[in-house]
Amino acid sequence: MNESNFIIELKHISKSFGDKVVLDDVSLFVEQGEFVTILGPSGCGKTTLLRILAGFGMADEGEIRIEGKEITDTPPHLRPLNTVFQRYALFPHLNVYDNVAFGLKLKGVKKDEIDERVNKALKMVGMTDYEWRDVNSLSGGQQQRVAIARAIINRPKVLLLDEPLAALDLKMRKDMQMELKQMHKTLGITFVYVTHDQEEALTLSDRIVVMNEGKVQQIGTPTDIYNEPVNSFVADFIGESNIMNGTMIKDKLVSFMGNECECVDVGFGENVPVDVVLRPEDLILSAKTEGFPFQGTVQSCIFKGVHYEMIITTTTGYEIIAQNYKPFEVGTLIGIDIEPSNIQVMKKERLFNTFEGEMIDSTHVKMLGDEFVCNAVPNVEGGEKVTVKVDFDKVDLQDNKEDGTIVGSVHFILYKCDRYHLTVHTEDGENIYVDTHDVWDDCDIVGVRIDPDDIQITLE
Amino acid sequence: MKLPRLFTKRRHWSIPYAIFLFIFVALPLLLIVVYAFQDSEGNFTFSNFTRFITNQESANTFVYSIGIAIITTLLCILFGYPAAYILSRKDLCRSSVMVLLFILPMWINILVRTLATVALFDFLHLPLGEGALIFGMVYNFLPFMIYPIYNTLQKMDYNYIEAAQDLGASPIKVFSKVVFPLSIPGITSGIMMVFMPTISTFAISELLTMNNIKLFGTVVQENINNGMWNYGAALSLIMLLIILATELFNDGEDRVSNEGGII
Amino acid sequence: MKKFFAQAYIWLLLAILYAPILIIVIFSFTEAKVLGNWTGFSTKLYTSLFSGSVQHSLIDAIQNTLIIALIAAAVSTILGSIAAIGIYSLKGRKKMAINTLNNIPMLNPDIITGISLFLLFVSFGVTQGYATVILAHITFCTPYVVLSVMPRLQQMNPNLYEAALDLGATPGQALRKVLIPEIKPGMISGFILAFTLSIDDFAVTIFNIGTSGLETLSTYIYADARKGGLTPELRPLSTIIFVTVLILLIIINVRSQRAAKKKEVL
Repeated sequence: MNESNFIIELKHISKSFGDKVVLDDVSLFVEQGEFVTILGPSGCGKTTLLRILAGFGMADEGEIRIEGKEITDTPPHLRPLNTVFQRYALFPHLNVYDNVAFGLKLKGVKKDEIDERVNKALKMVGMTDYEWRDVNSLSGGQQQRVAIARAIINRPKVLLLDEPLAALDLKMRKDMQMELKQMHKTLGITFVYVTHDQEEALTLSDRIVVMNEGKVQQIGTPTDIYNEPVNSFVADFIGESNIMNGTMIKDKLVSFMGNECECVDVGFGENVPVDVVLRPEDLILSAKTEGFPFQGTVQSCIFKGVHYEMIITTTTGYEIIAQNYKPFEVGTLIGIDIEPSNIQVMKKERLFNTFEGEMIDSTHVKMLGDEFVCNAVPNVEGGEKVTVKVDFDKVDLQDNKEDGTIVGSVHFILYKCDRYHLTVHTEDGENIYVDTHDVWDDCDIVGVRIDPDDIQITLE
Repeated sequence: MKLPRLFTKRRHWSIPYAIFLFIFVALPLLLIVVYAFQDSEGNFTFSNFTRFITNQESANTFVYSIGIAIITTLLCILFGYPAAYILSRKDLCRSSVMVLLFILPMWINILVRTLATVALFDFLHLPLGEGALIFGMVYNFLPFMIYPIYNTLQKMDYNYIEAAQDLGASPIKVFSKVVFPLSIPGITSGIMMVFMPTISTFAISELLTMNNIKLFGTVVQENINNGMWNYGAALSLIMLLIILATELFNDGEDRVSNEGGII
Repeated sequence: MKKFFAQAYIWLLLAILYAPILIIVIFSFTEAKVLGNWTGFSTKLYTSLFSGSVQHSLIDAIQNTLIIALIAAAVSTILGSIAAIGIYSLKGRKKMAINTLNNIPMLNPDIITGISLFLLFVSFGVTQGYATVILAHITFCTPYVVLSVMPRLQQMNPNLYEAALDLGATPGQALRKVLIPEIKPGMISGFILAFTLSIDDFAVTIFNIGTSGLETLSTYIYADARKGGLTPELRPLSTIIFVTVLILLIIINVRSQRAAKKKEVL
């Protein structure tokens, strides 16, 4: 497709606040009329990206085009897009009518036309007869409708929505989701929607952009993202999933949970470590155990409305979550199987920690902002730049921060069925990836220790 | 990349005021220091300070003023704390208008208020003098003590009191072990707000004592008025240091917010 | 019983607090030259205050006080509001520095503010008079304006200004149509505050009024009181000031209470 067919082009956008990189080389192309959702946990940069698109913040690097026209430096009031803000941002000193008419009045549109268009916009959001109400007297849902009316009345090319439903209760949110979808269809304009709610993203969008730590993780249709997550972050963030370590033995054959299974993935190479994702609803459970590749004991079984959710410990020591229409009694041994096409194999982002370091003397290396003791490296005088390799399971986390060489905070916790994979932020802003059997909570402050034997140094 | 003007602009709006603050707040304070260390010819000297220490009269006034300020502050706590406590208790005093009534008198010109006190003493045929001075001071500054204490007590989470009761504390223990310790920030704030004006006040002492008793503030004012700027500046600096010292016991921000609240 | 004693204590304290003021108010309705002598009800002091039969200097002092207060309050409100918007957009150390400077006039005793400004004017050879008094008043009034506008900005939905830009308003239009209406209540409170503070001030004024014979109400009362007596017409005047201040304070309080209630409802 020719690039100029895109209504929005974001090219290599980067942005930092002080030392903190909020957006790291983000590119995104949106087609005319699409409903695109930017999805990610809080602090992933999604709101910053939207603000840069709206013109409230400026990118440090990169280029923004709307309909092929560069608007990177254009101030917000000259951009052909309008925003629906998270907390509505209705002008409290104006009534509903004046709020909705705000943009048109600025443009000097004639009174009759303003009247007509305000009525039309309010009708569209189901707020007819509310024109003269004080906006402060409206409920959250009503304020949100007015905010949408105020934005669409200006006939923008693109409507930006910043978590517009986050402040509403569940029932209201579901209703508004359907209405938004309907509105998108009727208006025929492009929607760029920001949310941290994966379900909302799956329900509403034509395409989803999953972001984490300032980087785009995956762009795809809801089905793609759900069924074919490209990495463990996406798999974990979207829907429930069992993520575990595995090995790709060869094309179409993968080993995990102590057994080898047929799968449909090819092109990983032979004997390559991978992440395997199994969706709980894809697991086939049976009272029979014979002839099933995996067996496990039911640990708990909870009725969830439509299905039962069970936690099963396999005979090989993995703890997995499964959903089934039929319950199994706690304590029974059952057989577990999975269709080859439901086994999702993902390339590992990294196999071990790699840190940049500098030798202080032959038995001390400076890395992660502090000095670590290592085994003697021959022919070292100090000052050499080195690369340090540390395996995930060789990083030791201590409860008391004084017990570690450096201090970090636990950030992203991924349960991998037989272990936890944690991301630990150090005080210098570096990440250490840790495999552990201990239970940690998000934001726990830990001391980090690495045994000298486990510090593998390569001179550059 | 060039910064869009819009974003740099609003921040720049503080510049005129920053310049104003420098000229009319920072520079004048600096001038007090400069004058304090100069003689009338503009030469550097410590003589203003040695004169203060050796001059029996001004040193005496200084000590006396601090004494009066301490007594005033103590009396304000003594009378103000119960009032603040009662006002903060919904079961003892329902109306928030009462608090306003305590704050209102502060909005009358301090001289008028003082003259009214003099009138009251005349009316009751009481003599003017030290007693009138202390009464006038307490009368003038009591609201400054009541308000911050009331403020902390009122903001106190009632759950603390209920928790203490739940754990078996008697009403007296609830007060002495929970309420009072938690209200100490309000008291220190009140001490600052009473001590500072009493130590720096002038004019009202003359009116209340028919010119018989002089306070430190008056001495400072007289020196400035009589053209002894350097000595006056040195005395102001001493006053400023005393206030700064007491300020260290208390968070300045806190007082600003309390003062703002009164108004 | 407990409640009775508590109430009694409060009312007793209030009675003592208001006794002097009440005496002034009561004796403003009698003609006696000396305060404390009741010579029968009369409104003569009020009529003589307004008919101009009192000393010309008192009328002048009242006029000066009002003019100074109006100018000082107006300038403080403009300067303080602009400053508040600027400070609100500032970050980090700069914000802290300017906030600290802004607090100084509020924390300093009036006598120090007065003397420091006096030294400023004499060292730069500025003749003291109307202008210096107004400048001095602006100095101690503006921080209070900043203090009353700032909460409005902080409570404001930070997206409001952006929403206006988003809907096509230029920065100037966004300021006029959204930002200023939002901070207006704070500006009005700030103005009233500055006005009353200026009228009430004595300590700063006395050091900066100069020797040209300019008098404000405060300095007039001071000079008058030092002479021993109190011009009888000051009684009705104090009463009027008291009632005016009462009304202004009630307005401010009702406004802020209404604003607080409005927030609660939401």
